[in-house]
Amino acid sequence: MSALTLFEKLWRAHEVVAETPETPAVLYIDLHLIHEVTSPQAFSMLRSRGIGVRRRERTFATMDHSTPTDRAQLFGAVPIRMESAAHQIHELERNCADFQVELLGLKHARRGIVHIIGPELGLTQPGKTIVCGDSHTSTHGAFGALAFGIGTTEVGHVLATQCLLQRKPKTLGVEVEGPLPAGVTAKDLVLAIIHTLGVGGGTGHVLEYLGPTIRALSMDERMTVCNMSIEAGAKAGLIAPDETTYEFLQGRERAPSGAALERALESWRQLPTDAGARFDRTLSIDASRLAPMITYGTNPGMSVAVTGTVPVRLDDRVHTKALEYMGLTAGQPILGQPIEYAFLGSCTNGRLSDLRAAAGLLKGRKVARGVTFLVVPGSQEIKREAEAEGLDRVFIEAGADWRESGCSMCLGMNGDLVTKGAYCVSTSNRNFEGRQGVGARTLLASPITATASAIAGRIADPRELMN
Amino acid sequence: MEPIRTIRSRTVVMARTNIDTDQIMPARFLRTTTREGLGQHLFADWRYDALGNPIADFVLNTPEAAGCQVLVAGHNFACGSSREHAPWGLYDYGFRAVISTEIADIFRSNSLKNGLLPIIVDEATHAALIAAPGTEVTIDLERSTLDIPGVGAVAFVIEAFARYCLLNGVDETGYLLAQSRAIDAYEQRAFA
Ligand code: SF4
Repeated sequence: MSALTLFEKLWRAHEVVAETPETPAVLYIDLHLIHEVTSPQAFSMLRSRGIGVRRRERTFATMDHSTPTDRAQLFGAVPIRMESAAHQIHELERNCADFQVELLGLKHARRGIVHIIGPELGLTQPGKTIVCGDSHTSTHGAFGALAFGIGTTEVGHVLATQCLLQRKPKTLGVEVEGPLPAGVTAKDLVLAIIHTLGVGGGTGHVLEYLGPTIRALSMDERMTVCNMSIEAGAKAGLIAPDETTYEFLQGRERAPSGAALERALESWRQLPTDAGARFDRTLSIDASRLAPMITYGTNPGMSVAVTGTVPVRLDDRVHTKALEYMGLTAGQPILGQPIEYAFLGSCTNGRLSDLRAAAGLLKGRKVARGVTFLVVPGSQEIKREAEAEGLDRVFIEAGADWRESGCSMCLGMNGDLVTKGAYCVSTSNRNFEGRQGVGARTLLASPITATASAIAGRIADPRELMN
Repeated sequence: MEPIRTIRSRTVVMARTNIDTDQIMPARFLRTTTREGLGQHLFADWRYDALGNPIADFVLNTPEAAGCQVLVAGHNFACGSSREHAPWGLYDYGFRAVISTEIADIFRSNSLKNGLLPIIVDEATHAALIAAPGTEVTIDLERSTLDIPGVGAVAFVIEAFARYCLLNGVDETGYLLAQSRAIDAYEQRAFA
């Protein structure tokens, strides 16, 4: 048998019907994650056809996008301020009750951002196909699962048939070598990869991240990298499972244990890309030359080293428009740019290790006057763990705003917004115009760069606070 | 779904590169639980000022844009969020086709399921279309050609099955439901 890539193995194992020139493959979906924003119209379709959910045990719902991060609203002491959000939340509750889908609802102790709780509960496992009506489903690829975002019509397809109609994507191997220098994180690495590929550079491809630098990353870091694959336009991001993966899954509530784990391990070990397997394209990156990265423009590919300057591109209209929106000048150093907000959270960087790294810098320091530093854990479980370690005290004493979990200011659907024209250093994944609020100016960076900037009140290099 | 064969319309040109789905349909309009009426929010942050009044020089607010069914967009259209609210909004507004040099995967798939044709053309064709807003083009789905006066008929590629479904008004959900025996067999094989 010829040498196969991880992607090829995942694809073959899930083909219900292989593709032909006339028809796409019917691909089986092992795990379907659902949230309140992209599912209501899919449930309506089921109702109008009078059909049910084919595999309830493979369907799992939570709410995160439009949910309040304010404790009183979340736990019902006061009503949810935004009526439309409250309505959407109740719709999901009703749909899950009617169709008997398991829901980690608003007040559930294990609720959180869908891409954070899948791995946290051990639902996300190597070898699976995982979809969700959300583009950052690519996060789960960190476990060696084929995971991608789908639209609402497709959410309906999976609910009804547990399958999707798919054309086989191409593969792109991203080989990363060289150790990450101090102060340079997985977020900086993926921003550099997107910068290299461009925001459309991965379109039609599944990325597989390989090489010694990737192998040395923790699961949290791998998730950060895979999470942002979609920002290069890629269908999915993948990292082969290894001992780091298996150790992460050990003892998780929904992960296999005992004899089932032994069987699972046996098949998981077959997954990594075979020696000699070919990718449609490849790219290599030397991580040892990277610095902390930050975006200056209005898409995630427009980034520079934090010590760099805003690029000068005289006849580039996209560039000029972006700088106009951002209120930045070509040639200016990015360091020192005053900010009004910092946001620590999201499915990219809202995990415990991100909170720890930020708290490590913040301890004994203060958030600058005039800066709102919103800290939003990725899940209620992460919030509890952080509180058990006293991280909440560090944030609160420094003057940050410690919240309940959810997507929050990553997309501002729940009303956590950046004001018009204000600058926000954000650990999230998109700096599109208006993403964090109408006229908001987002600069994407790592948790430590965001924290260093919150302390300084201007964009800062985290390495200056590290000893 | 209604079968689609040809679309004949003047074009609206939005030359910006990398127009993302957050621009097409800002997140605050996603708190809906239906798919109707999203056309009014299409490109909301470019189309209306803070008070909700139309911004006169935004292309969709110009008299020439009225009734146009074909949107010509800058390179790499519709990257970002998977929100199907983006094609729903474009369709509800009245668009039936979007033309660019590159169109993001999820948006492309979403559009095809909603009767909105995502058409990818080469740089030269694109440049000609961008330079001449209001050109009356004819899209022939059966032949997979885009006819531009002065340029001629340009072939485009639409995934064969999606094309078949659009031409014949076949609904993909129904097609998948009809695969149930193959799905049963797979489940028996895979989870035995
Ligand atoms: S945190 Fe942001 S990117 Fe992640 S699922 Fe929520 S809205 Fe999407």
